[in-house]
Amino acid sequence: MIKDKNKKFRINFGPQHPAAHGVLRLVLDLDGEVVERVEPHIGLLHRGTEKLIENKTYLQALPYFDRLDYVAPMNQEHAFSLATERLLGIQVPIRAQHIRVLFSEIGRILSHMINVPAQALDVGALTPSLWGWEEREKLMVFYERACGSRLHAAYFRTGGVHQDLEDQLLEDIYKFCDPFLKVVNDLESLLTDSRIFKQRNVDIGVVKKQDVLDWGLTGVMARGSGFEWDLRRAQPYETYEDYDFLIPVGKNGDNYDRYLIRIEECRQSASIIKQAIEKMEKGPIICEDKKIAPPKRSEMKRSMEALIHHFKLYTEGYDVGPGDIYAAVEAPKGEFGVYLVSDGSNKPYRCKIRAPGFAHLQSLDYLSKGYLLPDLSAILGSLDLVFGEVDR
Amino acid sequence: MKKMKSPHELLKEIQNFDFLNSVMLDINVSDYELSFNIEHTNIVKTLRLLRDEPLLSFTQLIDLCGIDWPEKKERFQVAYNLLSMNNNSRIRVKSFTDNNNSLPSITKLFPSSDWYEREAFDLFGIKFEGHKDLRRLLTDYGFEGHPLRKDFPLTGYVEVKYDEGKKRVIYEPVELKQEYRDFDFESPWEGVDYPNEVLKDD
Repeated sequence: MIKDKNKKFRINFGPQHPAAHGVLRLVLDLDGEVVERVEPHIGLLHRGTEKLIENKTYLQALPYFDRLDYVAPMNQEHAFSLATERLLGIQVPIRAQHIRVLFSEIGRILSHMINVPAQALDVGALTPSLWGWEEREKLMVFYERACGSRLHAAYFRTGGVHQDLEDQLLEDIYKFCDPFLKVVNDLESLLTDSRIFKQRNVDIGVVKKQDVLDWGLTGVMARGSGFEWDLRRAQPYETYEDYDFLIPVGKNGDNYDRYLIRIEECRQSASIIKQAIEKMEKGPIICEDKKIAPPKRSEMKRSMEALIHHFKLYTEGYDVGPGDIYAAVEAPKGEFGVYLVSDGSNKPYRCKIRAPGFAHLQSLDYLSKGYLLPDLSAILGSLDLVFGEVDR
Repeated sequence: MKKMKSPHELLKEIQNFDFLNSVMLDINVSDYELSFNIEHTNIVKTLRLLRDEPLLSFTQLIDLCGIDWPEKKERFQVAYNLLSMNNNSRIRVKSFTDNNNSLPSITKLFPSSDWYEREAFDLFGIKFEGHKDLRRLLTDYGFEGHPLRKDFPLTGYVEVKYDEGKKRVIYEPVELKQEYRDFDFESPWEGVDYPNEVLKDD
């Protein structure tokens, strides 16, 4: 029999640990198997993104956003593009708005297709991750066909998107949706009624309504606890107002509810993708103002002015005028915001990145108090963390 | 879901509160948002009112952000971004402080400000009075300096490498193989403030 005073101990979890979802170091105070205190040590992936952005022009700053939440890159670019567009006061052409919606939803599926299986993997199920990654692979091919790279897209530019989509690509994305729904059903058949999965997730990591407010939780974390809150509906940006989609809301605020919401969001995203393709009409994909958007390559070969514009844009860049703005989008993980302070030069004076994962990880100590050590990794999985955005 | 409250409408509502009306400085209202400055002595009272008043109910602290203005008298600015899910509105409260003074911590009002304040302390050296655990958050253990200050060089002062002899990772003064290239492409003909008196006589 172990004496009481020996049952309390402190252990290090990570920074290299398969259930840490990246480079997270946790210092755990345990009483036997019961978690008493969790102290996350973050910053192991800190790259000084905000400092780098201050030293780059607006156009050069954009690709840094792909490297934050690298499982859904375009959603981050979206927030930055919205912030600059609002400061500039420009309108995005309608086709570009639909393309942005389309790729934001692809990003949502990308993110959920990694989180749901990872959460399952954390509690011992291997197969879902094989199926989820396969779908991600297909979606990343769409990324590649749209902008040339699988991860670091740099596709949502200020004023629109970088390149137009081919009809064939739209057709292929449309064709992806229905078979994808079948995969989601298959995934559900593995997890939703699985006794083991439920034992590990139901009533674990319960988030009460007040906790959502206190800890600044957003996205799935807020919806899981019964808040009917989605920025796409509440504070619509782009053409989301015209779309027909449902917002799944949980009741119990536990891991299992959040899992169910993510699954349902995948279905809703697939429906939005289809709607976007149906709504899409031919037209310009980036604003006409040549002080902000570069001219076409073919134009540059003939027009001196276009050549000058191109040169000026890629060296000097543009200034967005003095002021500050906070622009947020409903990223797959929650509210992703960019707070931009501009002093009227061609570089952002300050660019604060509000990552949902940062707030979510902060609440981990509170959420996992009193749970068992194995529950901790289930809660971590359910928080949906990517350290690119937490550490910045 | 309620429609988003327009910032102009929100401003009118806020002006009904005498206390808020008396503390708001440099109100800035656009189509997208409402923001204002306050004295740092009023931070806790203002934020508490914004949070607890049912008409406003800004119950979530979404973000806390430090900004460095080296040329200003009070060097650091802190911006609090608040969100009300109930009323579907946003607001930003800003305040100034400097190197020697501290801002009151709002961890008692919004537990989520804990890490945000630690982050601002880490990156700017802004001190928050009443914060229980004001340690560095993002930078390395034993890091010196505050990297987001404008006088902190982009390259930093030290670099790390693995030392084969000592069999551990060591710090060394940063050595650039090529000078950091920072070209000023900004057009000299745009955005220059000419003194008005000169232009008048021209």
